[in-house]
Amino acid sequence: MSDQLTLSLNGICRSFGPVQVLHDVDIALHPGQVHALIGENGAGKSTTMKIMSGYLAPTTGELTLNGVPVSFMNSQDAEAQGVVLIHQEFNLADQLSVEQNIFLGHEKTRGLFLDKAAMQAETRALLKRLNCEVDPSARVQDIANADKQMVEIAKALSRNAKVLIMDEPTAVLTTREADVLFEQVEKLKADGVAILFTSHKLDEVKRISDQITILRDGHVVSQGPASDYDEDQMATAMVGRDVSSLYPMRAGEVGTTAALEVSGLTVPGFAEDVSFTLHKGEILGISGLIGSGRTEMIEGLVGLRSATGQVRLNGDDVRFKSPSQAQAAGLCYLTEDRKGRGLLLNKGMRENLTLQSLPDFTNWLIDHAAEEVALTKAIEEFDIRAPTRHVAVGNLSGGNQQKLLIAKIMLADPSIVVIDEPTRGIDIGTKQQIYEFIHALSAQGKSIIVISSEMQEVIGLADRVLVMRTGRIAGEVSGADMTEDKIVRLAMGLDAQKEETV
Amino acid sequence: MATAVKNTHTKNMLLDLKIMGPILALIVLVLVGAAMNGNFLSAGNISNVLSRSAFIGIIAVGMTFVITAGGLDLSVGSMAAFIAGLMILVMNGLLPTMGAGWPLVMVGLLTAIVAGTAAGFINGFLITTMRIDAFIVTLGTMGIYRSLVTWLADGGTLSLDFGMRAIIRPIYFDGILGISWPIIVFALVAIIGEVVMRRAAFGRHVAAVGSNDQVARYSSVNVNKVRMMTYVFLGVLVGIATIMYVPRLGSASSSTGVLWELEAIAAVIIGGTMLKGGFGRVWGTIIGVLILSLIGNILNLTDGVSPYLNGAVQGVIIILAVILQRDKKAEG
Repeated sequence: MSDQLTLSLNGICRSFGPVQVLHDVDIALHPGQVHALIGENGAGKSTTMKIMSGYLAPTTGELTLNGVPVSFMNSQDAEAQGVVLIHQEFNLADQLSVEQNIFLGHEKTRGLFLDKAAMQAETRALLKRLNCEVDPSARVQDIANADKQMVEIAKALSRNAKVLIMDEPTAVLTTREADVLFEQVEKLKADGVAILFTSHKLDEVKRISDQITILRDGHVVSQGPASDYDEDQMATAMVGRDVSSLYPMRAGEVGTTAALEVSGLTVPGFAEDVSFTLHKGEILGISGLIGSGRTEMIEGLVGLRSATGQVRLNGDDVRFKSPSQAQAAGLCYLTEDRKGRGLLLNKGMRENLTLQSLPDFTNWLIDHAAEEVALTKAIEEFDIRAPTRHVAVGNLSGGNQQKLLIAKIMLADPSIVVIDEPTRGIDIGTKQQIYEFIHALSAQGKSIIVISSEMQEVIGLADRVLVMRTGRIAGEVSGADMTEDKIVRLAMGLDAQKEETV
Repeated sequence: MATAVKNTHTKNMLLDLKIMGPILALIVLVLVGAAMNGNFLSAGNISNVLSRSAFIGIIAVGMTFVITAGGLDLSVGSMAAFIAGLMILVMNGLLPTMGAGWPLVMVGLLTAIVAGTAAGFINGFLITTMRIDAFIVTLGTMGIYRSLVTWLADGGTLSLDFGMRAIIRPIYFDGILGISWPIIVFALVAIIGEVVMRRAAFGRHVAAVGSNDQVARYSSVNVNKVRMMTYVFLGVLVGIATIMYVPRLGSASSSTGVLWELEAIAAVIIGGTMLKGGFGRVWGTIIGVLILSLIGNILNLTDGVSPYLNGAVQGVIIILAVILQRDKKAEG
């Protein structure tokens, strides 16, 4: 059929200056199939996707559409021919409505005026096709991340996409939201759309893809039907070494003295009556759907939001009105939003590293030499890989940014650290390193809270997991009870109903 | 990796141009001036240019901090006029009781500093605590101070008592070792400002707040306090600039300090500080101030171009400066 497209990359090479980042890549996307492209950060996934969708031209090699060689002038040209890339960071105008976003740049007009009725009708039809119940007139900033993803897909479909390329579509989605997305992907498959997606979550890859291509250092190291791979094989091919033990074994003993006791903590609008205890040297996981108030509850605790309730830190009653007070008492929060709240992207590593503990480096004037020493130590201790010491932090890879962020927090020498989404959007090799850092910190006697949307992560890391639902602690699991099933049930309120009826 | 390395490489070259640009422009202006008029490099002319630059220069140092923190202050020109008026009124009012003399001058100076601090505090309070946009707040206070000084002067001019004028004249016209007081104060403010921006925790915090205030907040920086301090510092510096200004003419009117805010902002931008905040350099601002006053001076000294075109030439320089310092990686 002419409205189905097969996009092929044949022998694609791409160099940036003297460095070749893609070597002889062959990938074919067939209608009605989901193709997963996996690899560590820097393996060449983004470059491959950009070449497919007209954002970059290959250095050598050719692209074909239904067997006919094509060369896209730019991304608009690729879109016009039915190939659309959905970026990892949403490309939506927050202030505009869903409908306005879908038709942005392609508005339907009648004469001089916008044909709102036609656009509204088509928006409804598109969203219905995707089973998405979001209101077409809602502003994008007010809708959930999963819905934003749907709007992106609807936008792609409205441009008649036959080949859909998705860069880490589930990175910002919770497990449940991701499930909704995958249902839609199945529908698109049935409609004959060819789909390529990238993900760091190998269970998803296993679940929804038909074909898998694994990239390492710009080479295709493995390619074939998804049924030929299990997760371990994928991970091993990606990193070129065995990663079956992703989570380190617990080294030290968990203390029994309470480091942090929270009772009746309420953050208006986000969290209500939250109580828990964190022991010395313990790793406590907090799980829950996005929007369950996990992050906001902790922000209330460390003085980033106004909150009420009792907090005892090492036995002393405390009340933090600002993060600097919390820091002075030895409690630090590492944000989930490393680009927006964690690091100054246009500043260097030195300025970023010491920002949180600048007073320690200041005696009337800032001691630059001491800062450099601290940076050298941090680079070594946390294995931060940067092209030069003076590189702007925004040019580092996500994994290295996260390592720098951890180094920055640890420089403040907190006794209790809350790490929110420690490995979001980070490749598996770096993830493993970060898990080791977290364990090393706990072995040093620091108490750690890990907030994560990845069930595997909290289960693998934590000694105990608190599950939050709609601003309240829905339950706690530990030991053999720490299973994805238990946590999901608590997070979605399935067990709560049972309790209420008892 | 390849792209990152390449980026930093081109960035370094751009950075060089960014650093060298204002200095080169200043050197070119000096050479042009020297070639056009033999008096240009005379001690008298240089001293005159620097003394006149001092008012804007002192204010521009404070403005560098405000802009680097992501703020803006349009009220400084009116604020200077209002403080000048207030200073004159206070000194004239206390003259019968205190008599002409240095104690009264001290009261005048104190008035200027206190008024400047208060004015800066009001701007800062409205912008940080009340969370009103800096542009709107200072547009408002700009109108308020301008109107107040006009009202105080009843539409005319506020003149300092003649006896007092003779006493405070030396603040502008005298100095030590042949260097006038305004130049000395300007130099001191510039040096302190540069050290604070580059080496003090406050300077680092100012740049962090301007770069991304959320990151600063999550890094335990008291964002509101940092912002507030930039406006208070600027207010104090406006007070100091006014102290230098009043002895020169001994009067204040509704036309005092008109457009000073724009000259100060222009000097900051020419010097390479980013208007959207996050990066600022005080020495660049000093060069910006000198470039702007040299243009005026050269046009006055030479016959070729009318001095009335001063504003036009300054405007071209400002736009050129921004074009040269633009980040080249704008999206296509």
